[in-house]
Amino acid sequence: MKHVVIIGNGIAGITAARHIRKNSDFDITVISAESEHFWSRTALMYIYMGHMKYEHTKPYEDWFWKKNRINLVRDFVKSIDTAAHRLTLDQNEPLTYDVLILATGSQPNKFGWPGQDLKGVSGMVSLQDLKRIEEHTQNIERGVIVGGGLIGIELAEMLNSRNIPVSFLVREAEFWDNVLPHQEAAMISRHIRRHHIDLRLKTELKEILADNHGRVRAVVTGDGEEIACQFVGLTAGVHPNIKLVKESPVETNRGILVNEFLETNIPDIYAIGDCAEHKNPLPGRAPVEQVWYTGRMMGETVAQTICGNKTAYQPGPWFNSAKFFDIEYQTYGRVWSKLKEHEDEFYWEHESGEMAMHFVFDKPSKTFLGINTFGIRLRHEHFDKWLKTEVSIDYVMEHLKEANFDPEFFKPHEDDIIQAYKARYPDAKVNVKRKKVLGIF
Amino acid sequence: MKLLQKAGMTLFIVASTLLISVLFLNRYKLTDAALSKAITDSTERKMVAMDLAPMMGKTYDFNVSFNGDIDKHLQSSNKKITSKFEITDQDIGNVLSQFSGQEIRYSTEKISDIFDDSEEGQFKAQKLKDYTSWMHEKEYADKAGLQEHLENTKSSINANIVNDKGYSDYKIKALKLALTRQSGFGPVSENSLLWLLLTIGLGVVGALMYIFPKLELLPGIKNDHVYHSPNSGRGWVGYIIGFLLIGFYVILYWYPEYMTTWMELVDPISMALNGNEASQWFFYGFLYTLAIGVMGIRMIIKYRHSKYQMIRTYSVIFFQIAFAFLIPEILIRLNRPSMDLKNIWPLNYTFFFDYNIENLTHSGSLGLGMLVWGIVLALIGVPVITYFYGKRWYCSWVCGCGGLAETLGDPYRQLSDKSLKAWKIERWMIHSVLVFVVVMTFGVLYTYFTGSSEIAGINTYNLRTVYGFVIGAAFAGVVGVGFYPFMGSRVWCRFGCPLAAYLGLVQRFKSRFRITTNGGQCISCGNCSTYCEMGIDVRWYAQRGQNIVRSSCVGCGICSSVCPRGVLKLENKDPKDRFGEAILIGNDSVKMNA
Repeated sequence: MKHVVIIGNGIAGITAARHIRKNSDFDITVISAESEHFWSRTALMYIYMGHMKYEHTKPYEDWFWKKNRINLVRDFVKSIDTAAHRLTLDQNEPLTYDVLILATGSQPNKFGWPGQDLKGVSGMVSLQDLKRIEEHTQNIERGVIVGGGLIGIELAEMLNSRNIPVSFLVREAEFWDNVLPHQEAAMISRHIRRHHIDLRLKTELKEILADNHGRVRAVVTGDGEEIACQFVGLTAGVHPNIKLVKESPVETNRGILVNEFLETNIPDIYAIGDCAEHKNPLPGRAPVEQVWYTGRMMGETVAQTICGNKTAYQPGPWFNSAKFFDIEYQTYGRVWSKLKEHEDEFYWEHESGEMAMHFVFDKPSKTFLGINTFGIRLRHEHFDKWLKTEVSIDYVMEHLKEANFDPEFFKPHEDDIIQAYKARYPDAKVNVKRKKVLGIF
Repeated sequence: MKLLQKAGMTLFIVASTLLISVLFLNRYKLTDAALSKAITDSTERKMVAMDLAPMMGKTYDFNVSFNGDIDKHLQSSNKKITSKFEITDQDIGNVLSQFSGQEIRYSTEKISDIFDDSEEGQFKAQKLKDYTSWMHEKEYADKAGLQEHLENTKSSINANIVNDKGYSDYKIKALKLALTRQSGFGPVSENSLLWLLLTIGLGVVGALMYIFPKLELLPGIKNDHVYHSPNSGRGWVGYIIGFLLIGFYVILYWYPEYMTTWMELVDPISMALNGNEASQWFFYGFLYTLAIGVMGIRMIIKYRHSKYQMIRTYSVIFFQIAFAFLIPEILIRLNRPSMDLKNIWPLNYTFFFDYNIENLTHSGSLGLGMLVWGIVLALIGVPVITYFYGKRWYCSWVCGCGGLAETLGDPYRQLSDKSLKAWKIERWMIHSVLVFVVVMTFGVLYTYFTGSSEIAGINTYNLRTVYGFVIGAAFAGVVGVGFYPFMGSRVWCRFGCPLAAYLGLVQRFKSRFRITTNGGQCISCGNCSTYCEMGIDVRWYAQRGQNIVRSSCVGCGICSSVCPRGVLKLENKDPKDRFGEAILIGNDSVKMNA
């Protein structure tokens, strides 16, 4: 029987294992040094904040793995012998494989800042990081977070939940404005400040200073300002974790290089999830996409190939979501931080300044290209269909109500949005149907 | 914690402690006045007065010793009565002597000759005749056979003497409660309104002082430290509260004579509402309504970013205050049959009991209207409304048990067990209770219409006693609320409520309701499952892109509220395809079941 070994038990590796089990009788082994069972990395912050315990982040009960004959090994892989199809492990005997899937995930970026390895400095990716953060944020007076992305704002919310004052150093002019258009970036920046976070825009980290015990005592910003703190969170993005394959013949660049079938240059070795880098990325897609959903989809796809149904990785229209403190964010299609040539946009913001929708469409053809929505939930199914069938922006407006996914009784804002849209584009053809009362009449 | 909140919490703890201490403040003295208020029947009153004569005018410092003495005297009276009326070995010998030789044919007619005309003689004769009527004309091979039957009869009769001539266990309980209630005196009796304000009043003020400052937090999901807290995280505070609640229910259901001071506390309110002194049930209803009100305010503040949660909470508060509390009291005042109009059979398992049917059918058109209303609601209202909106219309919008779970129980909702095993146990338990209640109700109705108390060898009165004790009191009350801090806020609704089972069957098989998942947006974080009070592993469905159609879902909507990615939505839509295909949108490489 073919033996499939998967290194990494994150969403990519585990999805691959589950789908290989669905489609085959192969022996499956998943190796992880981080945790015994699959847990949801996206819930890391909730453990710290006390919303959940670690056990609640496990998407499958512990009996699931044995029942589905997925063999879990808690160990660290030291090296891969690609010629012999063999892995050397830290604790256990070497393991041979017929097929190897690399799903080693990513690691926090460290840009060689002086003091970046001091006690009290941590990234926020793994359970070990969480443990470190917990340890180093007891009874402290201030924490500094470096890097304004999705992990940075989560860490800010975490420290805030424990009433630890936070200085949040963000290199950009507004929070995450390398991804979000400036309107939304400004809105989220405002919201961060409403939560009493000391948000320092256009501020970089110069160095981290130590006290006599080798512990963090302060950071120095690019302008030379010293901020006293006892904890520093490094959240300036992540990079693929390729340490393991660096010494092997597996080809790497930033990540482990794969073709459209997620195959590396070595036969029978695949790479998926955060650690993979696409040699020929699809149009409009980045070579390395480090989000939950792409990890999952690569896992689904590679399982097909390994089970004999050779399948190219073909993600549908881009989508993503996040939550910035109390503001939920969803995006469908592509809304770039800066409009591309021939693109036009329509931006609506609620008077509260905490809800917004940002539509992007092709100027000449009026084809809808993407949407960012804040504080209003939208249906993935509808936008996926609309993006694939290349409907017009007018069509999206006309059917916007159908795509609403807010809970019942929530105040609808579509009428306002459509009205504002019509005011801006008087020639637009948008006829909206009435909604049924109580859902029946 | 802010200063105001600290002060509020302190006040609440002081008031709660005081409320418990109040139980020990009164003293007790049995007087003629107390006797005549406690016992309306004059013959009974005379008998009790005689038996309790040694207690008259004596002051007791403690409720326990007062009740202990009542028990002692009534039991000793029982003993005297039993020895006076009991059938002796000699009586049996006398009966046997009426028959001789072999091939005996027993006859009840011979009994009268054996006993004299005294009260006890008449009693014995009558009892023996009654108890051996089934043996009449029966043939015995010899005396030994007859003797055996007579000996058994003797013990049955003797064991039951107190029920006819003395004090049954049931009567002793009732007397204890009524006498204690009327014999208490002391600070609380003298000024019950003041003590009400000092205990429950201050408790409410303290609670609100703790709750209102939360308005200063920005609106949004506020679950910080839920699992760090010794209260909501199954810690020591939770254990204390759980045991206090369990203790409260045990006293309420089985030892109400020890909480008479609490009844006195709410006398002014009871008098104002229905014109009578408060019973233990009035006190319970009052406290229950306050709990839903105060914790409802907390719920509204906590979820003030979610209109669904706010409206739902207004709804449970309204139905508790108006339907469960005020209307029944006002009906009593108007001398009409009192009924909680939203309490539906089979949750309201006494609805088809003989006394309730009698009461309603003898109370004019209003009573008949109530009877029809109750039947229509149970047989037509439940399936029809559940078809349109799911069982949530009742469980998390109207029901009193649900109302308490959604307000007082909210801090504990995350403690429900989400395992597959728990789901299996749940299905067995709740459907067994449903079967039990249907069988019991059928039996009770059979007895009502035919007058026969046995059906298929089962005594329908025993059936309803067992149901009332095990399900109605122990499960719904003691476990249902007492286990909040251990097993979450919906233990009763999930494992025991027969109405929830009935609503659930409709919801599962014929309803427009479902929870829709939003394409491929789930990140498996687990907030939805963690905060599901019914223990549904919501994530299991969400992460495979499948709609959630579960009989147990009460539609509280918290899963949708706590979801950080906007993945879940409660919807009523065309019932076709409500289960949906388990497909995650986003991956065009392959179309597959997740």
